[in-house]
Amino acid sequence: MKDWRYWLAEQRGTLLAFAIFIVMFAIYTANHPAGFTANVVQTASNKGVLLAFVAMAQTLVVITAGIDLSVGMIFTLTNCLASWLVIGTGLETAFGVIAVLGTGLLCGAINGAIVIYGRLQPIVATIATGAVYFGIALLLRPFPGGSVNEDLADALTGRLFGVVPASLVALFAVVLIVWVPFSRSVLGRAAYAAGSSETAAYMSGVPIRRGKFAAYALAGLLAAIGGLFLTFFTYTGDAAYASGNAYTLFSIAAVVLGGVSLFGGKGSAIGAIFGALAFRTIGDLLFVFDFDPLWQPLFQGVILLIAVSLGAFALFRVRNRLEWFL
Amino acid sequence: MNGIANRMPKFIRRADPAVLTAFACIVLLLFLGSLYSRSFLSPEYLLQQLKVASFLGVIATGMMLVILLGQIDLSVPWSVAVGAMMAAAAAAYGPIGVALAIPFGIFCGVLIGIVNGIGVAYLRIPSMIITLATNAVAQGLMVVYTGGFSPQDSATGAMRYLATGFTIPGVPNAVIIWALIGAAMVLVLTRTSFGRSVYGIGNRERAAYLSGIDTRRVVMIAFAISGGLSAFGGVLLAGYASKAAQSMGDAYLLPSIAAVVLGGTSILGGRGSYLGTVAGVILITLLQSILSVMQMPEAGRQIVYGLVIVAMLLLYGRAPASR
Repeated sequence: MKDWRYWLAEQRGTLLAFAIFIVMFAIYTANHPAGFTANVVQTASNKGVLLAFVAMAQTLVVITAGIDLSVGMIFTLTNCLASWLVIGTGLETAFGVIAVLGTGLLCGAINGAIVIYGRLQPIVATIATGAVYFGIALLLRPFPGGSVNEDLADALTGRLFGVVPASLVALFAVVLIVWVPFSRSVLGRAAYAAGSSETAAYMSGVPIRRGKFAAYALAGLLAAIGGLFLTFFTYTGDAAYASGNAYTLFSIAAVVLGGVSLFGGKGSAIGAIFGALAFRTIGDLLFVFDFDPLWQPLFQGVILLIAVSLGAFALFRVRNRLEWFL
Repeated sequence: MNGIANRMPKFIRRADPAVLTAFACIVLLLFLGSLYSRSFLSPEYLLQQLKVASFLGVIATGMMLVILLGQIDLSVPWSVAVGAMMAAAAAAYGPIGVALAIPFGIFCGVLIGIVNGIGVAYLRIPSMIITLATNAVAQGLMVVYTGGFSPQDSATGAMRYLATGFTIPGVPNAVIIWALIGAAMVLVLTRTSFGRSVYGIGNRERAAYLSGIDTRRVVMIAFAISGGLSAFGGVLLAGYASKAAQSMGDAYLLPSIAAVVLGGTSILGGRGSYLGTVAGVILITLLQSILSVMQMPEAGRQIVYGLVIVAMLLLYGRAPASR
């Protein structure tokens, strides 16, 4: 009867992120010297898709009321690994891709095992594992370099039928293959339930540990897909500390913009994807308006600050002051 | 088990097992180091280590205050850099600038801390998120500031004196500063109502609020102090290296958190002693020193570092088994 209202309430964050993205992208293309062409869309989507993968990874963990500060480092590590392995004949490339994705899954599983079975706080544990992953990345690529199977790279970063950016199609495929089954499975519901109220979920016999573990492991996998795409775009591997950190930070911004609650249990990866695309577009607005690129870090920081402060509006709905203290 | 514990001297029974473990690890590291090289136990080397440790010690003091509240301050990297760069920048404005360089650097750090504090205490934003955001804004500001023109970046004489000089022969000034800040922190934590409120809020903010503590003000002040101490650490570091650099704070985020947590302070807040933080800081510094003496490349250092922290946390930093 009033099903659509519930649906609307549930999807409010996602729809808001979608709306922000559409408005920002419209402003962006309207002011771009080349206008709304396939080329502009392709470049924008290639940049946005990278962050979208990492933001999806962050979403999975944030839904369980945790946080993964190592996503950016897994992204960097898999980028370095891919620059060694994803090359050669078709078969070798395929094995390389599988190895890279497996590494990401393993990194995520290690995070999950430490946080869930080791009972450590996700913040500290993932900062520490992030240092380890970055160290390994630096071992693999002390200096930027390496190469990648360029046929595959060009196919995945080019355009399908001359119009549709292939990277967007890949993103869509990953959503269909990873996110949709996960969010509808028992494990996915368990991850949501654990983030919403762990005690209640435990009392109802929900497999919270397995659900959370799956969320952390899949987050590693998604970050690895991001790392793989970074290699496809740049043709090289680069263990850059600043870039890994920036992706971690931006993934949190994208998740917040995408309407995913940092307290867990609320939001979807779809919202985070639009959050990521919106965040990237806002960051690039500076270029079309001919600002000095020096201002970009500050601009992105301020957007992040505003985005996280928006959550404070919920305070106006608090009737009992004790609810300030969760 | 209980019988053995009862027969031990009282001070050991009362001590936190985590702090004891940390001190035991320090002794173990010194022992391993002395096997590797004789000069490891020489007073000069140990004093040098203490001097290097004091920079981390100052920063970790602020971090500890915030962690005791059950929050975290991830804006350390750029608070450190802002403190150093702003102090160096102030020195470009004549003699008054030179005189006010250090206070101005600390003041900028306090400002970052206040923004963090307002976000956490009044807007109820998770500390991890708001401090990441202010960190990004501080970075952006510094990039804009250094990008347009080439700023004054060399440390003033006073900064160099604080970091590398000797007021008491044989004891580096940096160590004295750390000792003073540490003593003040112990005093604040154990003898003032502010300090007891910090522990109270860390245990249960709701209960602290209901017992009449202005919890929001306490949280905000704690973040302001943390920002100020980070910036002061940056000022000292700039004095030590005799110039300020953009990424100088990056290497201090993980160590400062690790030092506090390895010293037995609960990451959930409300529990921990300053003695533990001192042990954690020395432990981390010794570990770094041994790794660099062994000429471990940066990559290996990062890996060992992360592994040691995870291992130590698994030893005694675990949350209680739920329910």
